[in-house]
Amino acid sequence: MHHTIDVENLIFKYPDGTHALDGISFHIAPGEKVALVGPNGAGKSTLILHLNGILQGQGMVRVAGLEVIEKNFARVRAAVGLVFQDPDDQLFSPTVFDDVAFGPIYQGLSEAEVRTRVSTALHAVQMQDFAPRVSHHLSVGQKKRISIATVLSMQPEILVLDEPTAGLDPRGRRELIQLLRELPQTMLIATHDLHMVAELLPRTLVMDNGRIAADGNTLALLNDDALLRAHGLEKP
Amino acid sequence: MHVHFLDPYHNGTSLIHQLDPRVKLVFTLAFIVTASLLPFGAWAAYILLLAIVFSVELLSDLGIRYVLKRAFLATPFVLAAFPLIFTVPGVPLFSFSIGPWTLTVTLEGVERLLSIAFKSWVAVQMAIVLAATTSFPQLLQAMRGIGIPRLLVAIIGLMWRYIFVLADEVLRLLRARAARSGASPEIGKRVGGSIAWRARTTGGMAGNLMMRGFERGDRIYAAMSARGYDGEVRAFPLPPVPRIQWLGLGGAVIVLLLILSLGILLTR
Amino acid sequence: MLFAPLSPPQMHIPDGFLSLGIALGLWIVTIIVIAISLQRVSKDLGPRQVPMMGVVAAAIFAGQMLNFPVAGGTSGHLLGAALATILLGPYAAVLVMTCVLGVQALLFQDGGLLALGANIFNMGIVGVVVTHFVYRTVRNLGGGKPWTIFVGGFLSAWLSVVCGALITALELALSGTTPANIAIPAMGGIHVLIGLGEGLITAGALAFLYVTRPDLLKIGEEKPAGSGIWLAGLVIAVAIAIASPLASSFPDGLEWVAEQQGFLTNAQNAPYHIIPDYVFPGIQNEALATIVAGIVGTLIVGGVAFGIAYARRNRSATTNYETIAK
Repeated sequence: MHHTIDVENLIFKYPDGTHALDGISFHIAPGEKVALVGPNGAGKSTLILHLNGILQGQGMVRVAGLEVIEKNFARVRAAVGLVFQDPDDQLFSPTVFDDVAFGPIYQGLSEAEVRTRVSTALHAVQMQDFAPRVSHHLSVGQKKRISIATVLSMQPEILVLDEPTAGLDPRGRRELIQLLRELPQTMLIATHDLHMVAELLPRTLVMDNGRIAADGNTLALLNDDALLRAHGLEKP
Repeated sequence: MHVHFLDPYHNGTSLIHQLDPRVKLVFTLAFIVTASLLPFGAWAAYILLLAIVFSVELLSDLGIRYVLKRAFLATPFVLAAFPLIFTVPGVPLFSFSIGPWTLTVTLEGVERLLSIAFKSWVAVQMAIVLAATTSFPQLLQAMRGIGIPRLLVAIIGLMWRYIFVLADEVLRLLRARAARSGASPEIGKRVGGSIAWRARTTGGMAGNLMMRGFERGDRIYAAMSARGYDGEVRAFPLPPVPRIQWLGLGGAVIVLLLILSLGILLTR
Repeated sequence: MLFAPLSPPQMHIPDGFLSLGIALGLWIVTIIVIAISLQRVSKDLGPRQVPMMGVVAAAIFAGQMLNFPVAGGTSGHLLGAALATILLGPYAAVLVMTCVLGVQALLFQDGGLLALGANIFNMGIVGVVVTHFVYRTVRNLGGGKPWTIFVGGFLSAWLSVVCGALITALELALSGTTPANIAIPAMGGIHVLIGLGEGLITAGALAFLYVTRPDLLKIGEEKPAGSGIWLAGLVIAVAIAIASPLASSFPDGLEWVAEQQGFLTNAQNAPYHIIPDYVFPGIQNEALATIVAGIVGTLIVGGVAFGIAYARRNRSATTNYETIAK
């Protein structure tokens, strides 16, 4: 019952003084699937990096009941699976196996447990035959699925994904949406893909200029032409 | 476009492919050390080394021709040793004059040049077989196995992963440069600017590449931290080398020692 | 085609060109320097070190593909030791160059494996020490003004290549692979020109970074290096200054000197005297031994080839059987 995200009045300034996040507050309940949309530079990626302490601002961030502060980092990072936009950043190991095993190894699991976790995670994304493969020979779609497996192997309660459908061809995108639909975790997905949002995520947060501009039912927001235009979005 | 052709590994299931990578690496090093230790002109020993390397090439399913085609890499370097045929003192073979100089080719000089070229040739062939039959992840295991520090192995592993990504970026930069490097239709008009200008453009690309490297390094660090990375490099312990392979390696090293002794005895 | 520009001419020494003593001696020096660098770099870069150095090594490797035409089919390109030193500081740069050169040797046979210690020394360690020494000196003399970044970058990159080439020639001469009086002026002369390419590209890269990410130019400056690196720089400079003219002024260079002193001959023959003076049983002379070796060699290769053919025949027979069974 702890897989929630609570953010209260979060402020983050870049070293040059500009506000990247300017008083963000929201609450995500267990099992909710939430979209985070907004123009480039709105602060979506910056916000995501606060959810497991890679960036730290002023204000309160609580994830799965744990405050995101240094002494909780290990537990927070096991609870939140963060998948970055570019799979070439997410997959940094020589082989697919090494990448999916990375998280569990740092969780301190035994070799046998790690191997079970890797196999389960690769099964979940239907890439079980790819364990010994080398990441750079894979297609973007395959890399994206494996990127998700690299966090599933840590058995997180919450998944946070940055642009999961960017750069995918239509088939790859369709398969990825299917996969996301099947995953039971609480989800926060930052994206420009409003078609996917409409299809998959019942709730939407609209971000602009480091603030939450709107928060509510996806269908209602996507039908609000004035709101979409004000934040540079297009009705799907 | 992807830079697949950078990877020298040749997929296969041969005996050599199946050997433990540590055994292969140690044997390759022992072979190269033997070649280096052999005295100049120990032709009998050289031929035996060549027989071994040819046999390994056959066993690896790569074929002798495949390796020989790639073994020409050291050729330009033989040029550096070329003056030896004149400078090593010994039995003169013939002499000729260029302007004021008279150059004498000696038997010992020719022998030494050929010896160096031959040693380098067999050594490079064995190294080619190692790289073509051992996948990079296996080579990383071998490096750990022979005691290279984990930190260094981790850096090499990451480097390998991102060579492909960055090489793709270099190709894109070069293509963008080529696309904008049109020649003027005016005949005789100078093309491509001064050398300094070309160098500056290339330097800009190098700087661009380094900047992308640093930015990617930051993003990778974030991705690693997100999965619990704390600065310490961790990995599974390596599986033990099978006993039979230990014995095989021992036998191979003894054979190399015998060849070495033969070479030394013959040239004393 | 892509491989050709990966190897700057005449700098990656293949196996077989260095005597074992030189190769192993330089391996020992290199290992010590790497060990010190590993220890220091953890303090300098912290947990970011592995991703940073890994990606910068990849960038240097990829950057060595960049070239620009100079004249007559030759081209200038990047080795990268200077750029790595200026951006990361000397210790990380040593490790980055070690990784780049190690992968080139292991995977592309660009330089030998036994010679790798020497190659890391010549292109990594010497390049890094020279760069650090020259760049810091120029920066300090110019009072840290922006122009000193480019002048210092150009000079240090150029000198790092020239010094590396001179040391390479020296090692080859000491190994008896090439006459010093030819190799040292030739290698030095060629690399005085090739080094200009390195210098120009390095300065160009620094100019780009100065405009776009000036913060990156400060990483290498944060930690002042210990006195060790200054001492090493001094030792290398003095060694080159003394050895080069000495080596090239004698008729047959260092080798001649060594032979006159009798030390090279002794050093080379010493291990062989351990084996007593007798002729190999059954083999009377070298010519006969060579013929025997040829026959034995042919038998080995022929046997292996025959064995493979035999095993293959069996295997394909089984495969066919299975296919039919299905």
